[in-house]
Amino acid sequence: MNATTATPDLKVSSAVKRFGDHLAVDELSFSVARGSFFSILGPSGCGKTTLLRMIAGFIQPDAGDILIGGRSMRGVAPNRRPVNMVFQQLALFPMMSVGENVAFGLARRGVGRAERTGKAAEMLERVGLGGAARKKVDELSGGQRQRVAIARSLVLEPTLLLLDEPLGALDLKLREHMKIELKQLQAAFGTTFVYITHDQSEALVLSDHVGVMNHGRFEQLGTPQQLYYEPATPFVAGFVGANNRITGRARALNGSVVEVATADGWVIHARASTPVSVGSAVEAFVRPEAATLGRTAAELPAGQPSHAGEVESLLFDGANSAVLLRESATRFEFRIALPQTGRYADLKVGERILFSFDPDRAVCFPAGVSHG
Amino acid sequence: MDDTAGPAWQRRLMVGLLLAPALLWLFALIVLPHVDLALLSLRERTAPREYVTSLAQYRTFFGEPLYWHIFVRTAVMSLISTLLTLLIAFPIAWTIAKLARGRLGTLLFIVCLIPFWVSETVRTLGWMILLRESGVLPGILVHLGITAVPVELLYHDATILVGLVYTSLLFMVVPLVSSLESLDNSLIEAAYDLGGNGLSILRQIVIPHALPGITAGCIVVFMLTLGNYLTPTLLGGTSSQWFTEQIYTQFITRFNWEQGAAFGFLLLALSTSMVWVGLKLSGQRFSDVMRRT
Repeated sequence: MNATTATPDLKVSSAVKRFGDHLAVDELSFSVARGSFFSILGPSGCGKTTLLRMIAGFIQPDAGDILIGGRSMRGVAPNRRPVNMVFQQLALFPMMSVGENVAFGLARRGVGRAERTGKAAEMLERVGLGGAARKKVDELSGGQRQRVAIARSLVLEPTLLLLDEPLGALDLKLREHMKIELKQLQAAFGTTFVYITHDQSEALVLSDHVGVMNHGRFEQLGTPQQLYYEPATPFVAGFVGANNRITGRARALNGSVVEVATADGWVIHARASTPVSVGSAVEAFVRPEAATLGRTAAELPAGQPSHAGEVESLLFDGANSAVLLRESATRFEFRIALPQTGRYADLKVGERILFSFDPDRAVCFPAGVSHG
Repeated sequence: MDDTAGPAWQRRLMVGLLLAPALLWLFALIVLPHVDLALLSLRERTAPREYVTSLAQYRTFFGEPLYWHIFVRTAVMSLISTLLTLLIAFPIAWTIAKLARGRLGTLLFIVCLIPFWVSETVRTLGWMILLRESGVLPGILVHLGITAVPVELLYHDATILVGLVYTSLLFMVVPLVSSLESLDNSLIEAAYDLGGNGLSILRQIVIPHALPGITAGCIVVFMLTLGNYLTPTLLGGTSSQWFTEQIYTQFITRFNWEQGAAFGFLLLALSTSMVWVGLKLSGQRFSDVMRRT
């Protein structure tokens, strides 16, 4: 069966949830293909937790429907849904051993003691915790607990595994490690994962598809590459990855390239992702790695409009190092990634330098527009 | 160079001074009277002002079926009353800890506390006004045609239990609320998500988590009930047959302090052993439980 023609594991159609005056989820529709890793990315308060809890069944939608494995979940209680959830704080049962935690769901399904103990041990083995069944939950490290929480859900072979920012409580190093581990686990089990996070890096690294959520709607739904290189709205451009945001007015149009002038009079060129009209307010976004630095005009790629600036500060972060410039005439702050070759490692604060970027790699939107 | 020696003894002195009033209190009001009572209970009067050391007082207790009967009855009634209090207090505590939000929770707590603003005597007399033959409740029953003539609702075992549960409720609710409040809601959701239902979640998640609180509440309520004098006497009348009444009778009516002291020690032994059995059965440690009260 082809993944695109098969029934999607999750289909949300026009789901609405309102808390008093606040519209938490606003007529949201999307579907998640079988076996894929889907992330919902958004700032806190965007409605992603509400959406996840509706899928899990802890909240009923006011309107619309949620189908899991092609079956409507209207009126189906959480304990009867083919869905399991990994909670933000993991919610492992401290009164039980690791093995009992994993076997809990099986016991509730009436699986016999011997069989569930065997299955739990097998599942722990698969997540790399073989022999930990007798341990107590508080004897495990953060990463191990994470794996127990996932094992506890996956042992029930759910159609859908929901993950509610499970890496949020871990420290940075472990988080990076668990990101990779999660992706490997998902690939090994083939279960459909629906993952919510406010961390754009987690969403980009892990997912096959990402829905960027804001004010209860999806601003954009696409692959991580699409979100990064072809953001559909200013919100996505600003939220996914680092970006220089330049607001101004469209002074002229040259095909799809807009000439943007800031209030202070700095002029740049960017590609219009949606049509803009001359004289209207616009927002342009330039990725730090899209711009090139040069000490002389000859070092810059030919044919690109060049700009001059002074080094404001140097942001050393290994491979992610960048330099913060101020445009010479308007003092506009602009961030440029330093090349990995180590060139310009000798830049000094206050030094004057030239830079340019391909207008095609900068995107321009009509100001204040966002759509779902 | 040992600069820890000085501060160490100073600290110990400080702790000793701070604890002194409490220790003095404990010694004067608990240890001393008990030592005296122990000595009292171990002597027998052979002639006026002549005493010998003997176990006669304890022998009397074991030889007299009436004392035995009252002793066991008090223990059983206290146990029943403790269990009833737990059954009634648990839903109340759950509502306060998990369902009521903000001010409603505080309000419910105050409602549980209000009866304690009135003295126990007045509260119990209140029950008597409600339940006596010419009282409020029998009157209502007649008015509604449920009973033909007013019935006496006082002086039954059930009446004693009602009074005891009412008196003990707060002491069960408080430790239960604190132990249920510390239960992370996501544990309940996770159990539900993994296929659990109300009963299995209660049995496997909620009760194991709340066990120290449950044990603490039960110990406190059991001790209070066992040692209660006023409620069984007033609500049970002559038929109450509570062991504390026997102690009172020995000390005050019969002026047989030796026998009363022996009874007192037997009651102490009873409550201590019941607490011990309770802790063993629930698999709790005394120190953990006491932290919950």
